[in-house]
Amino acid sequence: MVDVTDKANKYRSVAYYPGCALEGSGNGYDVSTRAIAKELNLGLTDVKDWNCCGAMEVKNIDPKIQTYLSARVLSQAVNKNGKDVVMAPCNGCYHNLKKAEYDLTHDPKSIEVVDKLSKKSGHETYQPGQAETIHALDWLKATVGEDGLRRRTKGKLAGLKVANYYGCMYVRPRHIFPEKDKGPGSESTSKPHFMDDLLGAAGAENVEFPLKTACCGGAHTLSDSDTSTKLVLNILQSAEASGAEVIATECPTCHSGLEMHQIRAEKRFGKKTNVKILYFTQLLGLALGIGPRKLGIHTNISSSMDLLIDKRLT
Amino acid sequence: MPIHEKSLIRPENIRTTPDKTVIEGVDVSGHWSTFIESRVITDYNEAMEEEIAALPGGENIHRCWQCGSCTNSCTVHAIEPRFNPRYWIYLIRTGMEQELLRDKDIIWQCVSCNKCTYVCPRDVAPEGVMKATSHWLQLKGFTPASPSHIFDEEFTRQIVQRGKIEDTEVLHNFLKKTKQPLMQDWLVQIARNIAMRLPVKWGLKMAWAQVFKPKTRGWAMSQKALEDYIIEVEAEHKQALSPHKARLDKHLQAAE
Repeated sequence: MVDVTDKANKYRSVAYYPGCALEGSGNGYDVSTRAIAKELNLGLTDVKDWNCCGAMEVKNIDPKIQTYLSARVLSQAVNKNGKDVVMAPCNGCYHNLKKAEYDLTHDPKSIEVVDKLSKKSGHETYQPGQAETIHALDWLKATVGEDGLRRRTKGKLAGLKVANYYGCMYVRPRHIFPEKDKGPGSESTSKPHFMDDLLGAAGAENVEFPLKTACCGGAHTLSDSDTSTKLVLNILQSAEASGAEVIATECPTCHSGLEMHQIRAEKRFGKKTNVKILYFTQLLGLALGIGPRKLGIHTNISSSMDLLIDKRLT
Repeated sequence: MPIHEKSLIRPENIRTTPDKTVIEGVDVSGHWSTFIESRVITDYNEAMEEEIAALPGGENIHRCWQCGSCTNSCTVHAIEPRFNPRYWIYLIRTGMEQELLRDKDIIWQCVSCNKCTYVCPRDVAPEGVMKATSHWLQLKGFTPASPSHIFDEEFTRQIVQRGKIEDTEVLHNFLKKTKQPLMQDWLVQIARNIAMRLPVKWGLKMAWAQVFKPKTRGWAMSQKALEDYIIEVEAEHKQALSPHKARLDKHLQAAE
């Protein structure tokens, strides 16, 4: 069992690591996350002078550069912000910080390289265990929780059919997420449910969606676009076949991948899909009564306003 | 039949006797008299496994016991049946370079979804092996830099220089380096969708990011440290290509 009350207090004020995507193409995720924090009175302090975690690309040049980049972010949070919890809403950032934590606990060569690069860069070397990395889902699940959402939203998302899409980096590979698959209260890597729990508590009808952890081809969204389009189309069509009106996302790469390739599938393959794509934080924000502009919904590529008006969510 | 023997039943290895053939009074003409041409493999590359294992990601290739879970779970295999990690690991471990080279142009297409690493019962980390293999193909000169590698390099360059990346610059430089037009129908449509609903303030913000690139404060020392480190690892990767020769040279030196 996971101690819920302990986490609820610990996560009330955390270091916030937005990452590059949330400052650019995934801005709606950043805006909606901050809006929810404000609404729920949760403390977010930006990691001081943060850098890119290495995304999915740097590891292909050399994996240890990525470990260093992520370790520097953790070092900043610990030594400059004085925090012991880092919250990263982006799956890629979350995954890389978790991976750095794992490598710095298990791999002597990574420890050596990170120490060397940190010293040369003139900052303190991050020591594993100094900070805990959590996802925006962990953060909301522990703080406001399902009961809190039920009370605050009064089931405002009722009648909205949602397919919850978690993607790859949130659950794979299993070994870098030691806290998952630990029974009741913990997240599952094969059938994740935190997003279902939160949106369900806000009244949404979660459809049975088989591709929760399928890959959107985000790593090759530009370099191998046809593959990405096929993978995304699979996800979109499967969500529609499951009866979903909206796909809820929790990763800026997945989100913009779904939006971009929804258009590309129509242009290149003549396959049109109508399912809407929104960040889960945008949906929760609406449920909490925050206006769509304050949640950055107008900055998404696909327009979902018609549906939101139809469902009386604005 | 061992997995690589599928190479035997390719059309060029099949012989069908065209004439009427009768054996012990039974007519075996046509496909009844189809034979697989025998052949001897002599061009094993015995260093291949060791070379790939020496590149980042390839370290655990020796652990594979060919269960096939990786291919079974593979995202890319589902849309491109030739993409077959289990088969490639087999070829690498047996040193069948020529067979591997038949698929050299698709190995880079691994999307790093890590489903294989998730299911692998032997901790081979096949995703890493795919990356190491496409890296090896490129270092050996068998393939040009893949689009994915060009993207990775552009991405890494920006991070090393400034600590952060800027989406539109990555997009722009990548399309330029791979000689693709910026004005592709779907990209234009996306830009139009964004422009239609965006407030002016946002447009200005994006233009601002183009001129004043996002940069991590106090990054200069990290930039220098990373640049030095990259030169180091690139030399290491090149060395990985000739472990046999290096060992032999050392041995000969010792003998002298």
